[in-house]
Amino acid sequence: MNVTVDGEPQPARAGQTVAALLLAAARVSWRDTRAGGRPRGLFCGIGVCFDCLVVVNGIPDVRACQRVVADGDEIRTQHGAELPEARS
Amino acid sequence: MTRRVVVVGAGPAGVSAALAAADAGAQVTLVDSAPTVGGQFHRQPAGAGPDKVPGGSRLVEHPRVRLLTDTVVWTVEPLHSGHLVHVRTGQADGPGRHGEALTADALVLATGAYDRALPFPGWDLPGVVTAGAAQALAKGQGIAIGDRVLVAGTGPFLLPVAQSLVGVGAQVVEVLEANGGIRGWTPSALVAGRGKLAELAGYARLLATHRVPYRTRRTVIAAHGEDRVTSVTTAALDREWRVKPGTERRLPVDAVCVGFGFTPQLELAVSARCELVDGFVEVTPTQETSVPGVFAAGELTGIGGADLAAAEGTIAGACAAGQAIPEAALRKARRGRTFAAGLANAYPVRPGWRTWPADDTLVCRCEEVTLGALRTAARERDALGVRSLKLTSRVGLGLCQGRVCGRNAAELAAGYTGGHYDPSDTARRPIAAPLRLGELAEDPEKENT
Repeated sequence: MNVTVDGEPQPARAGQTVAALLLAAARVSWRDTRAGGRPRGLFCGIGVCFDCLVVVNGIPDVRACQRVVADGDEIRTQHGAELPEARS
Repeated sequence: MTRRVVVVGAGPAGVSAALAAADAGAQVTLVDSAPTVGGQFHRQPAGAGPDKVPGGSRLVEHPRVRLLTDTVVWTVEPLHSGHLVHVRTGQADGPGRHGEALTADALVLATGAYDRALPFPGWDLPGVVTAGAAQALAKGQGIAIGDRVLVAGTGPFLLPVAQSLVGVGAQVVEVLEANGGIRGWTPSALVAGRGKLAELAGYARLLATHRVPYRTRRTVIAAHGEDRVTSVTTAALDREWRVKPGTERRLPVDAVCVGFGFTPQLELAVSARCELVDGFVEVTPTQETSVPGVFAAGELTGIGGADLAAAEGTIAGACAAGQAIPEAALRKARRGRTFAAGLANAYPVRPGWRTWPADDTLVCRCEEVTLGALRTAARERDALGVRSLKLTSRVGLGLCQGRVCGRNAAELAAGYTGGHYDPSDTARRPIAAPLRLGELAEDPEKENT
């Protein structure tokens, strides 16, 4: 599968969650908070806490622990509260 | 006409409920947000089939069960008779999910529970996760949250988590039980849970083999690090969970897993206006809630583990399909409840945890509300209920909608003002799962396709 994290190609396997892929890539955080700019990553791991948000294919606020990677996914760090990228 | 039963949640309770209802002749739709059945307890490695889950094979082959995985229920709407269950199916939080409205003559809620995390300085650092997160990563994805991991909290669930961590190659530096461990079990719990004792003995052997210390009346009181956790402070606790001065110890770790019992996933039950008792859904012996036609099973009705959940699910499913209570399941459920009551007794959350967070510790992780801000809102701005507390401090207003902080904030505020803060007030989430505006704007008629 062709998956990138912040522009860099990253090995991915079928059924892997975005959070597992990021942790396997030695990333422990992939978001910073809106007010304090503090790093966040996985917390509850089961879709409850919304801490592990990440941008996938231009769409922000995707829970990395719930989203399963798909071929072609472009995953990137989320900075604070983001709006979806304009679609052409 | 065939009864249509919608079951929400495909863990032990939901799978049993779906099978029991379908066996009783109902047409069943079983909904779960995960890609496969099993829930948290029977979580399988990614890509595994349903055959590893008890009842899983029979479920997927059952002619009267429709299984909707990768599907979230975002709201439940009452009808003149029954309910309309609004769902969206597709990639988690992704665009292009498919909407549908399921008609339910009877609804079985089996939405389970999630770990309770208590706030302490540094609990928002990356690398500090819930015990359930470490468990899901290990069981579902085969990876460890860290190399040197501390497991802390209360309850027997900490032990399988330590086991899973060891299984994926992590070094578990310590398991810290804030209560007294097995010494706190009452005789009736020991009898009702005798089947569990062999399981516990197995964990004890594993911890001994891997030289993992298991310490009681001790916990993590701070996590340290700049952009991730690099060490923790642990300390001994008195019976009320206040820190015993002078017992602090610093340990290098790269991950911390915390779990202080479980919080039921209540929002759908609350939306359906089911009565709660002590924070759980009140049910009759048929597992029916205070709302006719709405049943609840599993952790929603009390934290009792997979066996009790499955027994309650069987009862709920059969009764939702219009049958009498299955006697064997009823006996199992009774025994399970005795054991559950014993567990609740042995592993309570003691009020001394409220002394762990510092003024600048976040209580609400989403809205970044500190303990100091919460206290100011409660005391100086007279926020004497959950609603005014939210509006004055923003606690619980973020994306998780108070799932993580609601109960903690309510208990902290009550300590400051003596006011009444009903934690179930924080479970009012009419939109139970996040929905993008475009999805909400979709023509609802299209949803019936």
